Amino acid sequence: MSRPVKIACKNVWLLFGKGAKSFLKKHNNQPTSTQILKAGLIGAVRNVSLDVHEGEILMIMGLSGSGKSTLIRCMTRLVESTGGEISFDGKDLLTLPKNQLLELRRHNMGMVFQHFGLLPHRTVLENIAFPLEIQNIDSDTRIAKARELVKVVGLEGRENYFPRELSGGQQQRVGIARSLADEPDIWFLDEPFSALDPLIRREMQDEFLRLQSLLNKTIVFVTHDFDEAVRLGDRIAIMKDGELIQIGTPEELVLNPATEYVEQFVRHAPKAKLITVQRIMQDDTKETVLVDSSAKPLAATDTLEQAATRIINSDKALSVIDNNGEIIGSVSKQNLLSAMFN
Amino acid sequence: MDSRNSINSPTIFNITTKVFWLAAVLIVLAGWIASSTIPAFKEFPEEWIFPLKDYIDRFFEWIVYEVKFFVGTFAEFKPTDITRGFVAVMKFPLEFTESLFFNGFGKILPPLPWITVVALAFLLGYWIAGLRTSLIAGFSFLYLALFGVWKASMETFALVIITVPFVFSLGVILGIWISKSARVERFWTPVFSIMQSMPPFAYFVPIVVLYGVGDAPAMIATAVFAVPPVARSVFLGLKSVPNDVIEAGLMMGVTPRQLLWRVQLPTARNTILVGLNQGIMMTLAMIVLASLIGASGLGSKLLTSLQGLKIGQAIEQGIAIVVIAVALDQLSQAYANKPPVYKDRTLPWIKQHPYLSIAGAILLVTFIIAYFVPEAQVLPRKLTITTRKFWNGSVEWIDDTLYDTVQPFRNFMLLKILIPVRDFCRAIPWPTLVLLVGLLGYRFGGYKIAISGALMILFPAIMGLWTPTMTTVYMVSLSTCICVVSGFLIGLLSAKNKLLGKISIGFCNFFQTFPSFIYLIPVLMLFKVSDLSAILAMLLFAVTPMIRYTILGLNNVSSNIIESSRQMGTTSWQRLLKVELPIALPEIMLGINQVIFYSLFMVAIASLIGTQDLGAVINGARSGNKVGQALIAGFCIAFLGIASDRIIMAWTKLKKDKLGIRE
Repeated sequence: MSRPVKIACKNVWLLFGKGAKSFLKKHNNQPTSTQILKAGLIGAVRNVSLDVHEGEILMIMGLSGSGKSTLIRCMTRLVESTGGEISFDGKDLLTLPKNQLLELRRHNMGMVFQHFGLLPHRTVLENIAFPLEIQNIDSDTRIAKARELVKVVGLEGRENYFPRELSGGQQQRVGIARSLADEPDIWFLDEPFSALDPLIRREMQDEFLRLQSLLNKTIVFVTHDFDEAVRLGDRIAIMKDGELIQIGTPEELVLNPATEYVEQFVRHAPKAKLITVQRIMQDDTKETVLVDSSAKPLAATDTLEQAATRIINSDKALSVIDNNGEIIGSVSKQNLLSAMFN
Repeated sequence: MDSRNSINSPTIFNITTKVFWLAAVLIVLAGWIASSTIPAFKEFPEEWIFPLKDYIDRFFEWIVYEVKFFVGTFAEFKPTDITRGFVAVMKFPLEFTESLFFNGFGKILPPLPWITVVALAFLLGYWIAGLRTSLIAGFSFLYLALFGVWKASMETFALVIITVPFVFSLGVILGIWISKSARVERFWTPVFSIMQSMPPFAYFVPIVVLYGVGDAPAMIATAVFAVPPVARSVFLGLKSVPNDVIEAGLMMGVTPRQLLWRVQLPTARNTILVGLNQGIMMTLAMIVLASLIGASGLGSKLLTSLQGLKIGQAIEQGIAIVVIAVALDQLSQAYANKPPVYKDRTLPWIKQHPYLSIAGAILLVTFIIAYFVPEAQVLPRKLTITTRKFWNGSVEWIDDTLYDTVQPFRNFMLLKILIPVRDFCRAIPWPTLVLLVGLLGYRFGGYKIAISGALMILFPAIMGLWTPTMTTVYMVSLSTCICVVSGFLIGLLSAKNKLLGKISIGFCNFFQTFPSFIYLIPVLMLFKVSDLSAILAMLLFAVTPMIRYTILGLNNVSSNIIESSRQMGTTSWQRLLKVELPIALPEIMLGINQVIFYSLFMVAIASLIGTQDLGAVINGARSGNKVGQALIAGFCIAFLGIASDRIIMAWTKLKKDKLGIRE
């Protein structure tokens, strides 16, 4: 991926317990699980290294207790990491003085929470305007900005409602609008749709994709729902017991699960929607009798779902072309079947 | 300890039930034999008594008469200069509210006419919670005016209105401070439990020594009494702010101050306002009680009536206090539950603040009316209603007709029950009780609770107050037993019957607003001055928590469990005995705990109608300004409460862990 790096985590640790910092130093930032257990410490985040690229949606996926929410709290410094390095736009985040961190949060970071975190005594409009209010921006400007955001998230007509008068989905729309009030360039979403009903969740996911197509933010999105991760993410980082197990595009995970644990998740993933033709083709560029050279070739980046009908209906294999129209391989029925049912 | 272990094995803190009972019997026997042979066991030897009392007296003398700071400089001052200075400063706001409610501002402006106050009460109730609250508040004040207790009520009111903000702001500051660090919390938690379990009479004495008598010292006493619950509510409110809300604030880049004032405090609003409600009720109760140290108003009038055994007057004044209590309770409770409403800032001021505008109009109109119609300013005595004759008549009627039934009952209770129990309690050798409490503490809470419990029971012996303490124990245990049995039965019936449940909860809520003082009136009316009256007053006061917690415990048993046991075909008796009661037991124990606290609180107040226990010791110290004696006796009462509280709480925790109930 050629996009510049927005956030870089390097060997990040978060250990709970007495003397965690000195323990980590003593073991040169690389203690083993047995050493941690022996010291009576609890590892919430263990030796995580990953990069978040500008403009991408990085999903952090894991079950409860996997450390996924803790990891993004390390990235926002809501939680102080025990060890490792995190850089934000090349600046060392972990040693950033308090006032600069405050500025960073006020202008560069936005965050959405699982249980919304709305202020119960403020109306929708006042909640959305709150991030601007604490920066002492004048009332007219912030109300205008808030009204604009109300429109963006589709809550027109409910500006003067209180959170208690809104449904869960509507409350989260307020949470989203509020997190955008600062016009942040990185957007953290901590299980934003987990507290919602399945139907509303689906609707909010679509809404999220629509917003992202407008805004183009860098996004770190935490979820425990693999389907959600696959649906929304450019890349997925899978966590277990505080460790990063695997990171890659949904397609990479589906094709090459690093461990059995990852495999369990991808087993039921909608493979046809994730795998592209280029992954299953044979590299031979020679035209053989088995390839139907008269048929229109397939694009390398088509998903199997898009290409399936044509592959199945063709007696012979089909050629595959890249972006420049050059033939780079071929796909047969056998290739398709073995990819789908392996 | 591994939690699974403690569930399966029969041992609790390493002693089995058998060993526990064996040890208990041994202690009782050994104590009995030892006390009949060794006199020091029977009665705590005088030469062992530690004269802490004298040290405290000496310390206060030193503070009041000897300590000086910056001696020889122009800034030389004594500690009492500060305390008296505080009193002088508090005079200003007090004078203002006094002028506002009953004195008037010199010749320029009369005090608020009664019609103004009544009209504003109607309006305030309506603004907070609509018609019902409006009627309660309005008619309450109308009652005060019509029944001729206006001036005394306004005196009380003027004091309450200054004290509540004082108490509330102290509580908020303290609550915020406690929420900031676990160490501060660890320091204040025991201080609060002592402040709350100490009978107010006990700290009246040092307050009088330092601050003198009057309204301002009454405010200090009220603060000692009412600040802890407010601080606790603020603390709990701040702790209960959802993490998401705090993190959302942090991610917007709030400063610590913005986090507190704009995020945490407003989010915790409801819990804090529940604390305000408690603070108001406790303030009123204390302002009434503080008539003993010179607070003016209904309390002092009531005290005079009670001391003169003028029951009719006392009842009228008591009802006035209850009426004020109900009005303040309803208003502040409704305010705590009032959700914020949207205000359109573009509208003109009058439309944005309709209630304030109406209040202004009421003020103007009623003042004009009062200017021309003097009856609207102060209701003349001949227009007020008095029920005094009726009450006095009923008292006479009770004396005449019920004497034959009441008197034998009273004698029977005193001779056959009260005095034997008292003598039994007094005869318990002090080492026996100390060891038994230690054993009980050890069984339920381990050695920490054992040692602290035993020491707290030993304290009265070392202070030379064993006999009055055991007299208190006798009254408290009798009233607790009766409360527990009757409260449990009422609670049980109420939990099983919806209508009855509503009625008893209503009664509990209603009676709990009564300032403690009030309970003395009816028992005095029926049983005159005696231990029986004291115990009955304690009973009336302390039975409400038992009823409440029994209902709560039984209603909290999960419906899944009930349904599954119905499915098994249990009869309702089996269900009650084998399913509901065991699960509700921890909650019910909390009720018993409250009963003990309430009884201990009342025991001190009941000394006003003549008892011979620790309350009487404190009362005696009050008249002689003996700080040491009052404080020591107060500590004895507080320690009785805290020791039983710690053991019961340890037991409840053990039970809840077993049942897997966690809060």
